[in-house]
Amino acid sequence: MTEAPTPLWEVFVRSRNGLAHKHAGSVHAADAQMALQAARDVYTRRGEGLSVWVVPSSAITASDPADREMLFEPTGSKIYRHPTFYEVPDEVGHM
Amino acid sequence: MPVATTSVTVDETPLVLHLLRRADDALILGHRLSEWTGNAPTLEEDLALANIALDLIGQARALYDHAGAQCGLDEDQLAYRRDARQYRNLLIAEQPNGDFACTIARQVLYAAFIDPYWRAAMSSTDATIAAIAAKAEKETAYHLRHSAEWLIRLGDGTEESHRRAQAGLEEMWPFTGEFFEVDAPDQALIDAGIIPDPAELHDGWSSRIDAILARATLARPRDGWMQTGGRSGRHSEHLGHILAELQYLQRSHPGAKW
Repeated sequence: MTEAPTPLWEVFVRSRNGLAHKHAGSVHAADAQMALQAARDVYTRRGEGLSVWVVPSSAITASDPADREMLFEPTGSKIYRHPTFYEVPDEVGHM
Repeated sequence: MPVATTSVTVDETPLVLHLLRRADDALILGHRLSEWTGNAPTLEEDLALANIALDLIGQARALYDHAGAQCGLDEDQLAYRRDARQYRNLLIAEQPNGDFACTIARQVLYAAFIDPYWRAAMSSTDATIAAIAAKAEKETAYHLRHSAEWLIRLGDGTEESHRRAQAGLEEMWPFTGEFFEVDAPDQALIDAGIIPDPAELHDGWSSRIDAILARATLARPRDGWMQTGGRSGRHSEHLGHILAELQYLQRSHPGAKW
């Protein structure tokens, strides 16, 4: 299939109330309405979803893999950003 | 010498007859749509058509089950052990798929009729029919939306897609008269509040189709000679071919189970 008449759309599905939409995959479709239908037909066949978003893939700005070290490695040495130094009282239970 | 047959005999009371008509519509159209599996124009549409086919086959099962409870047969016997003359489906359901535009045109015409039919049937005095209708209506509402959106884009698309959509529409139009037929057995059920009167659904269907065709920039075909006969078992040659494939296993090994 050629890209021009049916561009790519990214599909996000929310499985339950209170959860965030999660990336499920992508579909080709002529426009937003058809992309929504294709997303429903391809990604919610087994009761996965209560809500679907479609976004033109071309609207996504992605980080450059070549920038990975600059962007993400500096956080590796900053373990104090993780909330793991607190004693959780037993009464709190599961957090 | 009498010829042995594996066909069942069905006691067609008005209720059984009507349930078989609706069930056969769903099974045969579902089977036709399933023929697109692996062959649809895109992967997305391959799944979409298979989804619709599965919805329809599910509806057929529920209807056969209800019919079978009235006449002492099970869903497999009703689906696999009646010959073409015993099938009661609308002729439009058995028509070959043609190209994608033709399949979509057929689906729009049928869904625009059957969706309001199920909505009306939700208030049937037969509780099982009302329950089947409530489930089916949610499915057919999507079938109508999906196929109508496609028809609009095909009609209002390229020169070729417009030409194919118009041709598909012309091809299927003569089979739409059958939607609204009422015979004596159906009239008895209508009078008892068991099924909706299809004739009353005609104007709504007609204006819905007009609205879709206007957006699709397609011309409404002329109401000429309308094909008929499916409801009493007079079918086109196509049904026999479908049943040969559909029924082969149960005809060779009656009662076989997985």
